[in-house]
Amino acid sequence: MSLDRKEVPLLAVMLIPVFVVFATFFLLPMARLVLVAGSGENGMSEYLTVIRTPRHFESLIATVLLSAVTTLAALVISGISGVFLERNRFRGREALISMLTFPLAFPGVVIGFLVIMLAGRQGLAKEISTALTGTRLVFAYSMAGLFVGYLYFSIPRVILTLMAAAEKLDPALEEAARSLGASRWQVIRDVIVPALKPALIASGAICFATAMGAFGTAFTLATNIDVLPMTIYTEFTLNANIATAAALSIMLGIVTWIALYIARSLAGSTVAAAA
Amino acid sequence: MRRSGIFYLNLGFTLLVCAFLIVPVFLSIKAGVTENFFQGVKSGLTLRWVGEVWELYADTIYLSLLISITCLIADLLIGVPAAYVLAKKSGRTARIIEETLVLPIAIPGLAIALALIITYGGFRDFRTSWLFILVGHVLYTLPFMVRSVLAVLSSFDFKTLEEGAASLGASFWQRFFTVILPNCRSGILAGSLMVVTLSVGEFNLTWMLHTPLTKTLPVGLADSYASMRLEVASAYTLVFMVMILPLLIALQLYGQPREVGHGKPATPGSRASS
Repeated sequence: MSLDRKEVPLLAVMLIPVFVVFATFFLLPMARLVLVAGSGENGMSEYLTVIRTPRHFESLIATVLLSAVTTLAALVISGISGVFLERNRFRGREALISMLTFPLAFPGVVIGFLVIMLAGRQGLAKEISTALTGTRLVFAYSMAGLFVGYLYFSIPRVILTLMAAAEKLDPALEEAARSLGASRWQVIRDVIVPALKPALIASGAICFATAMGAFGTAFTLATNIDVLPMTIYTEFTLNANIATAAALSIMLGIVTWIALYIARSLAGSTVAAAA
Repeated sequence: MRRSGIFYLNLGFTLLVCAFLIVPVFLSIKAGVTENFFQGVKSGLTLRWVGEVWELYADTIYLSLLISITCLIADLLIGVPAAYVLAKKSGRTARIIEETLVLPIAIPGLAIALALIITYGGFRDFRTSWLFILVGHVLYTLPFMVRSVLAVLSSFDFKTLEEGAASLGASFWQRFFTVILPNCRSGILAGSLMVVTLSVGEFNLTWMLHTPLTKTLPVGLADSYASMRLEVASAYTLVFMVMILPLLIALQLYGQPREVGHGKPATPGSRASS
């Protein structure tokens, strides 16, 4: 393989641009971030701020819980619709798929605005509830509103991955299970879900990581519930607390990275391919 | 063929999910072309608000276009060669480089933005130019380009093709430009669409990196949500949606890199910003 040997320097040349850009604008800044987090008056123990400051700890827990519940809900909803759309051919199917994936490119701020349209002070939920029961239903600015927004940006992502995975399911397995007397529920539990497991873990992990880092939606809704990205933003801009903001964002990065890492070791290489 | 009850139950559920995603979009579009939101459509339809948005925010639209196109060019120049090298080399070093390149997906945009500000915030001219935002966008979108091209390269035996070309006397660069690149077309196209779409909609990084003179479209949107009347905010959202709609349609048509020689899509890389 003399061809390969001769090529090594040329291949290295092709990597130079990406290396320069990444070293200058990613590796170096990230290293500085780690150092700055430890350079405040508390030194390296700044990293413990997440545990020591009740407000920060609460915001971490709230963010993890919100992201976890969102992930679970998105997996169930997208699982049902995704398998259904992959299994059945009917008129309008393509249109439904387009609608389900249309919000994929909406930034978080727009999704926050759509939640206000849905459940804000002048929103659809208020209109309907006032007409039906006389009570004004306004939940855009609460945890429920955040959940709706997070669900909104999670469903399109998860459904694409699950549909791709459902395409590879072997219908013969289900037929076999059914002919052996398995109920519909048993087929779902013992055949479909296990077969989709790698895709569920992969898309779930990405969904969780995205939710953890989501900033725009909470920003638009301007809730008093602090999700971690909002806490970081407040510490940085309003309190000029750069060390704390740095420490918190590193914590956030570590949590999302761990989620993706665990998912990858559980689901094999599929996460890497889909992330 | 008769459909079972379960079919209609599932269909109903899926329609509900669709409604959840689409109804708010229509509400927003409606509000953007209504004379007075509080009085409803009966107050009349108008394009006045869209016109007002254009006057107030046209520069954010131009800046977003400028940044996304420049970002795409940068990604093509540095990402495509990188993907080729990573596809060619299977060693440990190559995998570590690949892991590093996709790290910006796993690390929240806020953290990357903070790191950039801490490190380069002191360079006034750089900090206040749109290039500062561009840097963030390149970091964030590059993984999608690399992944997309890698997916195509791993779907066919490009090494054999190259050996064939080499035996006919083609040099390294000739092979890269006349054999590798043309065969990667679908991946490059899919990656490009993804990159432009993500860049136009990027907010997490951009909100931290922008200055009053460098506002992109999503930054302007956040601005209008906070300070403008609902009709203007809605009209602005409408303008944004009209802008990304062609990108989204193109993404659905060409968004999945096709495996060379087969009709089947290779693994998609879909994780947009939020």
